[in-house]
Amino acid sequence: MDKKEYSFEESLEKLESIVSSLEKGDVPLDESIKLFEEGTALIANCNKLLENAEQKVKMLQIDENGDPNEVPFDEGE
Amino acid sequence: MNEMYLSVSEVNEIIKNMLDNEPRFSSIMVCGELSNYKVYPSGHHYFTLKDAESSLKCVMFRSNSSRLRFRPESGMSVTAIGRISVYPRDGVYQLYVNHMIPQGEGDLQFAFEQMKEKLEKEGLFDERHKKPLPVYPSRIALVTSSAGAAVHDMIRILGERWPAAEILLVPVRVQGEEAPGEITRAIQYVNQHQLADVIITGRGGGSAEDLWAFNDENVARAIFASHIPVISAVGHEPDVTISDYVSDVRASTPSNAAEIVVPDQHDIRHRVRILSSRLGLSMNNIVSSRRELVLKLSSRKVLQSPYEYLNNRSLEIDRMTERLLNSMNGTIRDKKERFIRNAALLDAMSPLAVISRGYLIAQNKDKVIRSVKDTKTGDSIQLRLSDGRIDCTVDHINNEG
Repeated sequence: MDKKEYSFEESLEKLESIVSSLEKGDVPLDESIKLFEEGTALIANCNKLLENAEQKVKMLQIDENGDPNEVPFDEGE
Repeated sequence: MNEMYLSVSEVNEIIKNMLDNEPRFSSIMVCGELSNYKVYPSGHHYFTLKDAESSLKCVMFRSNSSRLRFRPESGMSVTAIGRISVYPRDGVYQLYVNHMIPQGEGDLQFAFEQMKEKLEKEGLFDERHKKPLPVYPSRIALVTSSAGAAVHDMIRILGERWPAAEILLVPVRVQGEEAPGEITRAIQYVNQHQLADVIITGRGGGSAEDLWAFNDENVARAIFASHIPVISAVGHEPDVTISDYVSDVRASTPSNAAEIVVPDQHDIRHRVRILSSRLGLSMNNIVSSRRELVLKLSSRKVLQSPYEYLNNRSLEIDRMTERLLNSMNGTIRDKKERFIRNAALLDAMSPLAVISRGYLIAQNKDKVIRSVKDTKTGDSIQLRLSDGRIDCTVDHINNEG
């Protein structure tokens, strides 16, 4: 199985296509099992992305040398 | 005589073409007093613009008049924006009004209409230039003021809906002299350095003057040139700016932009749950349908008691072998019988066999005598017997048998 880290969008798209091909039921059994395993991993990946999402807010700031830097943005300011 | 003969229609058509092709008349602003103002049931407005010396016939079609923000009346001083053309049926030229504003509403409104017309003509608002927004943006640039409620509302809503998206605030002034330049450069900078996959630019509500930076031509051109999709989010719902027209998506407020730009994680979680149960269900179906197939096959006799099946087959083979042998034997017997029969027949027909029974063959010079005519008196003939030959002479021939 492809161990590449999918983006959320790719994971969800791949999951959709796996589910619809399994639902058609015309995939050979061993292939089905592979797809099922891949689907399970994709669901875990989606859930991981959803659960671990922690909002990051940065602000673009120009330093003394005139170079741009990304600094954390404190909303309390 | 050089006069041209023209029909009335031809004259009007030529004049219409001349006026339509006159670039100065393609978009003009005319100030004057409204008179003879009539609104027809069709929704078209017909009126005349006057000044001290002269008057100009005007028409404003329903599609434009429905967008008027005031009710025009005879006697009002207005500025009308439109083009000059000819109405061939009446042979009159008139001003086809696209937009009209009461005089004294301020220069900003004029400037806005002018800018809008100019950029629209250039095609900056064309639908074909609109870029689709990413469905799950991973980085959102906010080109707006770091102070004020707008940025905080956006960050809060984005955090609630889709915390996975990183936010990059690019702080700019959103009103005053410096604002258009800062907004323009910020949009260009985010593009140059690929800092985000979608940009929101805008500000909270304010007066028409406060929002003015978002009617600036350079801001509009920076939004148009951006290869990153741009959402414009300026002021409140009714406020419309040039940025709104040129951006890929117009949001009514900054909060609305935050809702448009990301999906709601609750919807997505629900979708993942549904996909998860569909995945499980479809796999179950596949396994149980295969199991059913196995059960169905294994219930067949051949698999239930394979030896019985084989024994039966073996018996069948024996029976067939027997039948084969029988039929072969029968054929051989037939052939043998036929041979014996034919041999006997052959034997019966042999001339030697006939002679041996007492018959003899008479020959006249090697020819068999079959008739009295085959010989005559005095001929020497031979009689053949089984054991030899008798040579004779014919004495007498009797024709009676």
